[in-house]
Amino acid sequence: MLVRVILFTTFALLKTILPMLNQYETVFIMTPVLSEDQMKETVGKFKAMLSENGAKLVHEENWGLRKLAYPIQKKTTGFYHLLEFQGPGELVSKLELVFKRDERILRFLTVALDKHSLAYNEKKRTKGFEKSKTETPAEA
Amino acid sequence: MATQSEIRYLTPPTVEVKKKKYCRFKKSGIKYIDYKDADFLLKFVNEQGKILPRRLTGTSLKFQRKVSQAVKRARHIALMPYVADLMK
Repeated sequence: MLVRVILFTTFALLKTILPMLNQYETVFIMTPVLSEDQMKETVGKFKAMLSENGAKLVHEENWGLRKLAYPIQKKTTGFYHLLEFQGPGELVSKLELVFKRDERILRFLTVALDKHSLAYNEKKRTKGFEKSKTETPAEA
Repeated sequence: MATQSEIRYLTPPTVEVKKKKYCRFKKSGIKYIDYKDADFLLKFVNEQGKILPRRLTGTSLKFQRKVSQAVKRARHIALMPYVADLMK
């Protein structure tokens, strides 16, 4: 009985100290009209928003200007950017609202990551890291 | 008198050996299907961009659901077309 109570209180304490944080992944497309600096500023805006709301940026990828599979708002290309972050769930709806209001954003997609996708992303990152490590001596 | 072995066919009879279909995800142990990898997802759509049925690809139900989810996500972020007429 006593053990149970102790266990319960420790879990309750842990819950208050560590709020439940999920990991999310957001891909968004910006208009090709933007200059390089404007694009960076847009990305910076969202990164700032994440950190303000208590999210931790885990990974970031800039895919650059890519051709779209079909035109969106009469644009055939767009700047793709990916943000992977750990944060509270309420943040996602807030973030998506800002995405909707920003006219520089053509499209966005936020996905919650489960354990398999986390493992996949982790593996991909370390693999990419190894690749870049092996590539650099070849270049030099 | 033609014996059994001398019978000739105009078109040689094709002996159909049915190859058993298998789920490639189960076989190779893939647990997560990445929607960002459009080249991989291309294997699961026809040239119009439609998702192929399980009956043709042999994917198990569990992974077919994941494939279709991934294809739909890829379409949303314009990595794959919703409609096309010559994808491959």
